[in-house]
Formats: sequence, C-alpha cells, structure tokens
Amino acid sequence: MPDRGGPAQPMLIAAGLRKHFPIPGGGAVRAVDGVSFSVAKGETLGVVGESGCGKSTLARLLLHLVRPDAGELVFDGEAVGAPRGITLKELRRQAQMVFQDSASSLNPRMPARDSVAFGPRVLGRGPAQAAAEADEALRRVGLDPMQFGPRYPHELSGGQKQRVNIARALALQPRLVILDEAVSALDKSVEAQVLSLLARLKRELGLTYVFISHDLAVVRHVSDRVLVMYLGSVAESGPADDVFARPLHPYTRVLLASRLSMDPDRRVEQAPIVGDPPSPANPPSGCRFRTRCPHAEPVCADRVPSPGSWDGHQAACHMVHPGSGHSAAALAA
Amino acid sequence: MNSQTLALPAAAPVRLPPRPGYWGMVGGRLRRDPVTVVFCLLMLAIVLAAVFAPLISPFDPYKESIIFRLKPFGYRGHPLGTDELGRDILARILYGGRSALLMGVGPVVFAGLVGGSLGVLAGYAGGWVGTLVMRTMDVFYAFPSVLLAVAISGAMGGGMLNGMIALALVFIPAVCRVAETATTQVRGLDFVEAARATGAGHLMIVRHHLLGNVLAPVLVYASSLVSVSILLASGLSFLGLGVRPPVPDWGLMLSTLRQAIYVQPWVCAVPGAAIFVTSMCFNLVSDGLRSAMDVRLR
Repeated sequence: MPDRGGPAQPMLIAAGLRKHFPIPGGGAVRAVDGVSFSVAKGETLGVVGESGCGKSTLARLLLHLVRPDAGELVFDGEAVGAPRGITLKELRRQAQMVFQDSASSLNPRMPARDSVAFGPRVLGRGPAQAAAEADEALRRVGLDPMQFGPRYPHELSGGQKQRVNIARALALQPRLVILDEAVSALDKSVEAQVLSLLARLKRELGLTYVFISHDLAVVRHVSDRVLVMYLGSVAESGPADDVFARPLHPYTRVLLASRLSMDPDRRVEQAPIVGDPPSPANPPSGCRFRTRCPHAEPVCADRVPSPGSWDGHQAACHMVHPGSGHSAAALAA
Repeated sequence: MNSQTLALPAAAPVRLPPRPGYWGMVGGRLRRDPVTVVFCLLMLAIVLAAVFAPLISPFDPYKESIIFRLKPFGYRGHPLGTDELGRDILARILYGGRSALLMGVGPVVFAGLVGGSLGVLAGYAGGWVGTLVMRTMDVFYAFPSVLLAVAISGAMGGGMLNGMIALALVFIPAVCRVAETATTQVRGLDFVEAARATGAGHLMIVRHHLLGNVLAPVLVYASSLVSVSILLASGLSFLGLGVRPPVPDWGLMLSTLRQAIYVQPWVCAVPGAAIFVTSMCFNLVSDGLRSAMDVRLR
C-alpha cells in the first residue's frame, strides 16, 4: 500500500468525533462526545479508560462501523467519506480491527482459513488465491496453516483464536490496525506472547496501531502516546512516558494509583476512587470528572475545561490551565 | 539466544486426515443415536411404501365391492379388512401415505423457504423493514393455527393444492419468527462486525456468515413441523377440506369409517394408527436432529 501523505502526515486524524445513542423515551447516551486526536505513522496510540467510557465505540467510529453524529476523520491526508476523499471501502481495506477474543469473534461455522480468507474474497480474489493469502497471513501470526487452517473456532485455544483474529485483519494488508481489547481476555502468559507477536508484526509490516485497553500496564508497555478517556471525552493525552510519570489530570492520577503494585510497601490499602462513573446519558455539567474529583471547585461545574491541542502533553482540567479560576491553577502557572 | 539453539531439524510435513466438517459431525452423532436410527429406518420404510404403493399393494385402492363391505382383518385376503365401500384398507393406507407425506413435507418446505427468507431479511435489515415483516406475521398469530388452516382452505375451496397452500400460510409466521430471532442474535456478534470491517456487502455477509448460523435452528424447527402438518392435513381431509374422495387419504378414511366404529372398531382405527406412527417418526427424528446439531461450537 503506497504511503500517500509522506512520513510527516499523520496516519489518522480524528477531529471532534461524536456519537450519541438515542434512548427510547428521550435522551441519549453520550458514548463519545467530542474526541480529537491524531496517530502518527508507525506509532502506537494507547487508549485507556474504565469500562463504559466509550473506548469501544471510539474504535468502531474509526472504521465507520458506527456512523459518527459529528466530527471528521482524515486517513493519511484524505477525508473519509468526503468527495475527493477516501471511500469507506478503501478505508476499511487500509484500516482493520482486531476484536477482543470472545465466543463471538470468529464465525463458529467457519474453519479458521475461511474466516481469514473472507477479506481477500471481498476484495475479489478467487477462492484459491484467497486461501493462499489466508495461509500466508496465518503463517505470519505463527500458526501452521496445514494444521490450523481447517480448524473450527471451538477447536482453538484463546491465544490461537486471537492469532486467527489478527491474521484476519492482516489478510487485507492494512496500514492501520485498531486493537480493541485485543489481549484483555487472554491468560497473562498468552497475553505476553500475543503482545510480542504484535510488536514483531508492527516492525515487519510497518504498521500503525491504535491500542485500546483498560490495562494500564499493558498500555504503558506498548504505547508511544496515550489517550486517557473518561465518560466519552479525552481527559489527558501525551507521550506515554510523560503521562505515566507525571500525570496532569486528577483522573489519570487515581487511575494510576489504582494499579496493583509488586512492592509490598506500596500496596493499595484504600481504593483511590470509589463508585461508578456517572451515567453517560446524563453527564455532570462542566468537567465530567468533578463528581469524583478530590479537587473539585465551583468553576469545575460551570465551565467545560479545554482539552488543549493534541500535540504534547495535555489535560482537560482547570487546574493545569492558568487563569481558569481554579485555586490550584495559580500554582501550576 | 543465538541462532544455533533455534536450528531445529525441519519437521516433515504432516498429512492430517481430512477433518469432518460441521455436517460430517452431525451425521456422525446421528448414526450413534439408536432411537433416531430406528425411527429413520421406519420413516424410510413409510416413504418407500408410499412411493412404491402400486408395486406392493395387493389390491386396487379404488376397487369397490358391494358384498365385502366392512370386513375384519384377514378376511379373504384383505389383511387389514375392507372399508364401507368394500375397498381394501391396506391398499388405501399405502396409497394414502402419498398424500400424507406430500401434505406433511410440502407445506413445511415452502414455509421454510418463504418464512426463512423473510425472517433473515427482517432480522438482518432491522428497523422499519423488520417491524413491517414481523408485525404482519403477528396478524397471523392472532388466530389459532387450526382455525386459520380451516378458514384459508375453506375460503379457497377444497383440494390438495389449496390445502397445502393453507398449511404453508399457517407455518410461515412461525418459521419466520425462528429465523428472525436467530438472525438478530447472530447479527450483533463480533464476527459479523469484522466482516463489515472488511468492506463486504450485505449479500456477501448474509451468504457467508449468517445463513450457516441460521440454517440449523430453522431446519430443526421445520422438521418438527412436519408431523404437525400431517396431523393438520388429516384434520382438513376429515372436515372435507383437503383431499377429495375417492382419492385415498388417511384423514378422509378416518372420517368416512367413523360411522362404522361399532361394527369394525379395529379396522376403523387403522388410518388413525398410520397417522400416529408417521407423525411420531417425524417427531422423534426431529428430536434426534436437534440434539445432533447441538454440537459444541464455542
């Protein structure tokens, strides 16, 4: 696949993506509410957040599997769906998705080879050619096509299924791969194998990843940059090392504090954050995190904090924006 | 780790035996289920008897006799006796199997094709298309199925074809609902989403990913409808709405013989027994199919 925009052109730019799911009887779940970011070529963008924060909806929006209500997607310099832009079909060829390993990620009535070959078939390859490409993709993910190609999903282990899922995405020779909780359901040892497989594939094929997970340790391990989501919007974004070493947003801090530590002196004795996030159907006014934030002040209820630009290390919090009216903002300045 | 530790002897390519596909597994399980095997054979015997009725029947099923009416089992070479017009019961049972099987299988196949397609359409399209199809089906559900079959074939007039059409119309909503439910369940699964993510069109997704998963529940349900269809068809004939006399038909025989129930009770029971055995065969084979198709897939 040719590199159209040149190395400096981001692989994917998302600007103001929004998706509200209407609730029967009025109102809407604001699953994704104004999310903007960009992914540079060859980098891995990690997306973290609690369950229900809109991570999976975001993943589906990026491939237009769910149609966004508002916002723009620019794939390698070409607007998705716009006249003279990239078509949906072409987008879905160049960007692929790996789903969480679950009972439903592979068709139970299809042998692994046919599942992987489906993509090439869609592109118009003949059955033999598609099967050959599927075998090639299976080989890439470390599965012997002779042995595993004819197997049905119930004859595969979790790790093998996930490898087939990855092979299915690779069979279309994409440039961008969206990994939606791709390793979350696997055993720790298998997870490590699949992660190193993903790293190798990225190196060999020059892929760009959007890595969505709730597991902070894994995200830190794989990501170049991170996006922290809370209740459908971006709380903080920046280079992974920066965000994990010096978190700016109070939400990121509690998220990091809730990690389990190997160090007995730093064991978590008290949950740093309690309760469930508020309902995305009826988010709090102003800053969405203020209802659980230890530093909330009146200004947080009044005004929505600006997320800042998406370059560098940014946080959507009044405390880091001088002149916002928050008492801690002066200290930051 | 240096490269030498990785240098394993190249394994000879292993030729694996061909693996049975899904239908191979189902077939294997069916063969290991003695009840299903026995009733499959019995069903086969019934089908063969109906097909080759002219070859094995001892008498002409239309040949009447004014003298030998309502005779008992074994009377003068009539193994199952004679009916109220002196016709041989065995011959009429053999020939009657033809209309019973036709009326049992025909409407179900038709309803399976039409109802199944409508159900997949409604389930996959969803939205107003799904609502339109399913609410239309609900109208049919408002009537008891026997009443509906009687009303439709009564309105269209008797006869075998009209009876089949009436039964098919009765079954379409039920098959449609099963297909719609199965489709809706499958449509939301990740592998369908993954198929969409490849940029595949709707027809391709339905053909490759939906039909295979919807076929099994529809097939199992339809096979259980065959015995219902045989019973309903006999009921229609009994009421004079299905097959017309003098064509041999089990329901019709039951209807005309019922006046002789105090004269020859055993002879009168023969068509009823034929209906019972045949529908039981289809029921038990359907049950066997259901458990055989319940292969662990996840």
